[in-house]
Amino acid sequence: MKFQAKINVMPQQEILDPQGKAVGLGLKQMGMENVTGVRIGKHITMEVEAESKEAAAKQVEQACQKLLANLIMEQYSYEILS
Amino acid sequence: MKYGVVVFPGSNCDDDMIFTLSDVMQQPAVKLWHKDTDLQNCDFIFLPGGFSYGDYLRCGAIARFSPIMESVVAHGKKGGYVMGICNGFQILVESGLLDGALLRNDNRKYVCKNVFLKTVTSKTALTHSLDSQKAYQIPMAHGEGRYYASADTLKKLHDNDQILFKYCDSEGKITENSNPNGSLENIAGICNQGRNVFGMMPHPERAAQEMFGNTDGRPFFEALIA
Repeated sequence: MKFQAKINVMPQQEILDPQGKAVGLGLKQMGMENVTGVRIGKHITMEVEAESKEAAAKQVEQACQKLLANLIMEQYSYEILS
Repeated sequence: MKYGVVVFPGSNCDDDMIFTLSDVMQQPAVKLWHKDTDLQNCDFIFLPGGFSYGDYLRCGAIARFSPIMESVVAHGKKGGYVMGICNGFQILVESGLLDGALLRNDNRKYVCKNVFLKTVTSKTALTHSLDSQKAYQIPMAHGEGRYYASADTLKKLHDNDQILFKYCDSEGKITENSNPNGSLENIAGICNQGRNVFGMMPHPERAAQEMFGNTDGRPFFEALIA
């Protein structure tokens, strides 16, 4: 079966995110004074051919841990859709 | 000692490194293609600067899975010398040979300028003959060089004397203003616990010959060869 994985990788909370800070400034300059806490991460989608949703999730987990996220600076979450 | 310089797709300081090692320092040096696994009996492996794999995903993250990296990691783990400069340093932290991570510069800029470095530990093959009082002027050029490590890792680096260099001013003072990228404690380079794997963001190979107008980088290579 083919499953679709939707993965979010975000910088760890305690880490300064200069990109988010710059975009936050831009939003303020647009007039959105009430917007704070902008943080920017990555959204990754992929298709996984696997026997079950659990098997697909296991592989996605491994992809996140070994390559897609660097756990020293990032955290990840994902959902698997059939 | 025979030196090997790994070439990844997107490396761009490989020729500078080969030039410095072979033409300036008169040492045997060869290029190693990232798709090979044979280190060609090199004793010292350099991972050069550049933009391996276009810096996609995270700097150094994909290069870490190049075939040659398995041999480089094994070489480093059994005590062989490995040194990463700039993108090479990013690859070494991604591959787990060195601790911590290199984040986007806090000032959001790609910073390309001369900086000053102060030697912190002299107990390594790279720093043993450097002058611990001198501020070495070395060029840097990167957008993602902000050294970061957890509090536990930082403590470990201190306890084991693993910090090689810190950014300082021209007088050798380590100040907030002399920190070009927001690195934790001005850290510019570290080594592993075994003291055989080195990583630094600035480029001593770009300052090792009179022609370049700055030879402050030369003692770094003289130290390795001595």
